[in-house]
Amino acid sequence: MSKQFLFDGRPVAFEDGQTILQAARVAGHYIPHLCWHPDFPPHGSCKLCIVKVAGRHVSSCAMPAKEGMEVESNTPEINGERRALLQMLFVEGNHFCPSCEKSGNCQLQALAYDLEMTGERFAHFFPERPVDASHPDVLLDFNRCIFCELCVRASRDVDGKNVFALTERGINKHLVVNAESGRLADTDLAADDLAANICPVGVILKKRVGFAKPIGERTYDVKPIHLVAMEDGK
Amino acid sequence: MTAELETAEGRETLRKVAIDPVSRIEGHGRVTLLIDDDDQVCEARLHIVEFRGFEVFIQGRPYWEVPVMVQRLCGICPVSHHLAASKALDRVVGAVPPSPAAIQLRRLMHYGQILQSHALHFFHLSSPDMLFGFEAELGKRNIVGVAEAYPDVARQGVLLRKFGQEVIRATAGKRIHGTGAVPGGMNRHLSLADRDALRADADQMVAWSQAAVELVKRLHRADPGLYDVFGVFRSGLASLVRADGAMDLYDGVLRFRDGDGGIILDQVPDQNYRQVLQEDVKSWSYMKFPYLMERGPDLGWYKVGPLARVQNCDFIPSPLAEIERREFIDHGKGDVIHAPLAYHWARMIEMLHAAEVIRDLLDDPACTAGELMAQGTRGKEGVGIIEAPRGTLIHHYQVGDDDLVTMCNLIVSTTHNNQAMNTAVREVAKRYLSGRKLTEGLLNHIEVAIRAFDPCLSCATHALGQMPLVVELAAANGEVIDRVVRD
Repeated sequence: MSKQFLFDGRPVAFEDGQTILQAARVAGHYIPHLCWHPDFPPHGSCKLCIVKVAGRHVSSCAMPAKEGMEVESNTPEINGERRALLQMLFVEGNHFCPSCEKSGNCQLQALAYDLEMTGERFAHFFPERPVDASHPDVLLDFNRCIFCELCVRASRDVDGKNVFALTERGINKHLVVNAESGRLADTDLAADDLAANICPVGVILKKRVGFAKPIGERTYDVKPIHLVAMEDGK
Repeated sequence: MTAELETAEGRETLRKVAIDPVSRIEGHGRVTLLIDDDDQVCEARLHIVEFRGFEVFIQGRPYWEVPVMVQRLCGICPVSHHLAASKALDRVVGAVPPSPAAIQLRRLMHYGQILQSHALHFFHLSSPDMLFGFEAELGKRNIVGVAEAYPDVARQGVLLRKFGQEVIRATAGKRIHGTGAVPGGMNRHLSLADRDALRADADQMVAWSQAAVELVKRLHRADPGLYDVFGVFRSGLASLVRADGAMDLYDGVLRFRDGDGGIILDQVPDQNYRQVLQEDVKSWSYMKFPYLMERGPDLGWYKVGPLARVQNCDFIPSPLAEIERREFIDHGKGDVIHAPLAYHWARMIEMLHAAEVIRDLLDDPACTAGELMAQGTRGKEGVGIIEAPRGTLIHHYQVGDDDLVTMCNLIVSTTHNNQAMNTAVREVAKRYLSGRKLTEGLLNHIEVAIRAFDPCLSCATHALGQMPLVVELAAANGEVIDRVVRD
């Protein structure tokens, strides 16, 4: 008989080496996340996947499942924390959904809807983050970066190009391009690289696409993210 | 004319009366009157006191984002901005012309916008003044009062607007701030279900629009001494017309007439607007004052919007509206009609035209099938001009090789009417207010004149929500003598 833990009171089977998030997914339980991706090791930066285990808040993407542990996830307390984290992410960057072309395909926006974030709570930082439009096919709008590093990891570990990096620390942390000029045009990024197609928000965008697909017919317009994520395995 | 009322002499010795904000218009404006010891109005100005700055923050954004971003200028006629921007950026992507399907769908969206905005303005905002009188009981002078006293009129107004909004939803995806038009074309067809649902109501909308024209005509006939005279002043007229002179609210060439109806300029391509128009700046308003360059700022200003369009075109290409246009022109007895209240009559003729155009477009197969996008040689610059509900709307963009907007110039309808509205305010102040003790009803005369132009001050500048109206009458020493509050 396989090992089990309790997820919101229901038994979930797991194998040694699986994290809480991985095992829960296999069992059909969705845990919100932004920086986690099934093809990459845990990153543990967005903290959206926090769950409560034995009275402690832990990142379920990084915490190995243990026999008999009791995990609380879809509870008012934990969802309230997730909502607060989202509210922090929204004020840390410049997220203007009404004119953002990623609207409807953006995981940050979709999670805000899913977790019923109905308004702002913290003061906006309004950071200065210029757009990089130097590349012929790809636009970088740094305003929307949530520092998940999926592009960094994809470019380094899959594309083998090492195009992106995070620089500085704390409140000054930001995404940069690994080129002496700092311009995307001076890298070898191609539009079909994984790094150019993995951004969960609206930072890395194919140029001249914009609103070709109507708002209202996009991924998360049609289905909430907790259903989409379980269906396509992301 | 009352140009001398723009700036009074010895301003510091005069009493100041402010109407702030002007109510039942879109956006935030303020009127100030300076009055001497004999209660004579010495200065009257319509100020636009807020600032928005879309032209600046559009710079540095990718061009494909612009039609969606700029429509946030306004919640009343976002479609106009959405389409003017898309038309301008068609030139950047080389979609000249866009596909037949895209043009017809955009037309449908635009005429839906005309219909809903004209219905909103007439029934919700202006009909209370006309049905009850300018000085009627304040609590009654609103759409709720109209619904109580004239339930059929109010109901038709609400449903006409709803129909227009449904046309917008079916073409743009949402009733407000949709995303149907994109540089190069459209991103959706009209669904057959939406087409059939709209078709079912289209004839009713034409009939109700006819009734609305009749209502305005009845009001004019009942009191020509008011309707033909109130706030009247002579000015030029400007609008787009189709190349053959027909009314066309979606696309065309610029035509300018003088105050007597003579054509000054005709067949001006939209891309050349800068060769004929210039904008003046005055220290007391955030809204610019456009004028026809060859006539200069003092003589070159003009009216835009329904009153200009109905008289600027040679004919309206839909039969019922054309009959009404002819009757309207006949009312002028050979002269151009300049009375501000005739805006309402002209506006309802346009609403009828819009209802007819929508009805016919719903039968056009291009709206439900066919190529939506076009492209061609990439350009660096584009101008898009459209006849928005309130008048000529100009969007002008330059785009760099990196796809980012480097320059944006917007001249919105209300800006074109700036001098005209100020002149109307002065005419009314001089005729009705000078020498009298000011009451809320008298001050409403000024608002009635402004309302006739259907100004959208949030488009022209900025709005920070609706505020109550407070009118204070202060003596030269600053002491408040009279105060009227409107919640």
